Amino acid sequence: MGLLRLIARRTFFGLVTLFAITLLISLAIEALPGDFAEQRLGQAATPETVAAIRTQLGLDRPIYIRYFEWLGSFVQGDMGVSLANRRPVAELMQTRLGNTLYLASLSAMVAIPLALFLGIVAALYRESLLDKIISTCTLGAISLPEFFIGYILVALFAVNWQIFPAISNISDSMSFWDKLYVSMLPIVTLTFVIVAHMMRMTRAAIINLMQSPFIEMAQLKGLTRSRIIVHHALPNALSPIINVIVLNMAYLVVGVVVVEVVFIYPGLGLLMVDSVRARDLPLVQACILIFGATYILLNMLADILAIIANPRMRHPR
Amino acid sequence: MRFLKSLRTAGVPAQIGVVVIFIFVFAAVFAPWLAPYGESEVIEPVPWASPEESGTLLGLDQLGRDLYSRLLYGARNTIALAFFITCLAFFMGMVTGFFAATVGRWVDSFLSRIVDIIMAFPTLFFALIVLSIFGTSIPVLVFVIALLDSTRVYRIARALAMDINVMEYVEVARLRGEGLWWIMRREILPNTLTPLLAEFGLRFCFVFLFISNLSFLGIGIQPPSADWGAMVRENGVAITYGIFTPLVPAAAIATLTIAVNLVVDWFQRKTAGLREEY
Repeated sequence: MGLLRLIARRTFFGLVTLFAITLLISLAIEALPGDFAEQRLGQAATPETVAAIRTQLGLDRPIYIRYFEWLGSFVQGDMGVSLANRRPVAELMQTRLGNTLYLASLSAMVAIPLALFLGIVAALYRESLLDKIISTCTLGAISLPEFFIGYILVALFAVNWQIFPAISNISDSMSFWDKLYVSMLPIVTLTFVIVAHMMRMTRAAIINLMQSPFIEMAQLKGLTRSRIIVHHALPNALSPIINVIVLNMAYLVVGVVVVEVVFIYPGLGLLMVDSVRARDLPLVQACILIFGATYILLNMLADILAIIANPRMRHPR
Repeated sequence: MRFLKSLRTAGVPAQIGVVVIFIFVFAAVFAPWLAPYGESEVIEPVPWASPEESGTLLGLDQLGRDLYSRLLYGARNTIALAFFITCLAFFMGMVTGFFAATVGRWVDSFLSRIVDIIMAFPTLFFALIVLSIFGTSIPVLVFVIALLDSTRVYRIARALAMDINVMEYVEVARLRGEGLWWIMRREILPNTLTPLLAEFGLRFCFVFLFISNLSFLGIGIQPPSADWGAMVRENGVAITYGIFTPLVPAAAIATLTIAVNLVVDWFQRKTAGLREEY
């Protein structure tokens, strides 16, 4: 019951947010000076031709009808036309989306095992030299802006040692290894950022767990350390760890935007930032909705998985 | 004075933090007197001339302006803006948070639902939408970031005020016939100030990094105003030629955030006894 209610609640707030955003942007497009018909006709815009085009395109109908029409076609995959170059938004986003997914998934594949390993080690050997080194490094990495880490890596690996290219000009025709080589620095940067956050959260979660009464009980019973960890701590650690992973995947969605700009990586994030600067609203809207929906879905997934892994949360007091 | 005394026992990291913050604030306040050149004064039209070539401390930027002077003016613009936005966010968040906690009922649920909706979405994307609708200008920037940040302040202020609101002395004040504003200001505010102060440092860091990130993306503070994030962006290409100019403002951003974090860390540990769990 608790699970279903939570999913329903989360879905509701997520949808309301996305809905509010589309509404906001549609109203803004409406409020901006000059409309599509006038722009398209340019010099030939007499009141009669503008009116004719408006009727032809359906622009003369009230905004709420057009909004729901837009919503309907958007849900079916038709995302409208870019204001800047009049090409369909879906076409512009297609390859970009693939590139971003490629970058994000590779970073996640490296970052998750690494962060969990470091976090668990730091938590189990708490207050040791190793823990202090790991914790200081991650605190540093969290305080640094993503672009700083990116540029330091460029300075070292692209300029000083000239191993990897500084600009990740990735294209579809490349082989897998070429792609990997070109996008190595963005992947490493993103991994750095994610590992820092994820490791800190893992460490906190494990330390919290190791201080709970049932672990203390196991220690007082005189169980060996390895048995406590494998039989008592690990099954209970599953839920916080899953939560940490998925929350950081949501964080990845935001981090990827900045990293793409640093390396001029042709992904969705770069497209979005460029279109914000050009104030190309249909394109911004589509990008934001994709990023936002991913973010909301991941957050929801984190809650659901945590509840599945920890049955106690199904019965909130 | 009391601050200086407690700082002596604070430990090296916090002392370093305070010194760094002091230097940065000093540089920001006295930028026009400390800077050898003007904010957008072109010295020589040689992009990225080295310190030796140009006779300046840190060399020139992409348009031949003095990097050191721009760094000082950048401190002024970025730190002042971040501080102002954080103050605004705290004002908005605290007033609404205290209000929700003291009035309760539907006001509380209404405000909390709005905050839930805003917080369900990453701040960066929210800022991107608003900036693409209204265009990039300082007032829009200030308002958007303050609004987004005030949702976090709201949550904390509300949780803290909830605890205070059920105390007998608040009840007494109510029975005495004090107004809502009086209770918020005289009963709740003094008792929530310490934890909120620590939060202020953290939110400042967040706002500061956020502005830098937006400027870096080209949608924050606009040229020719000097801003550290924008300076990294404008000089970014230089790094591929082996010129480390963009690393200087980026390092300045990093240094200030770490320094503030160190001080906040110390402050939180110092006041741990006073702090309620929330």
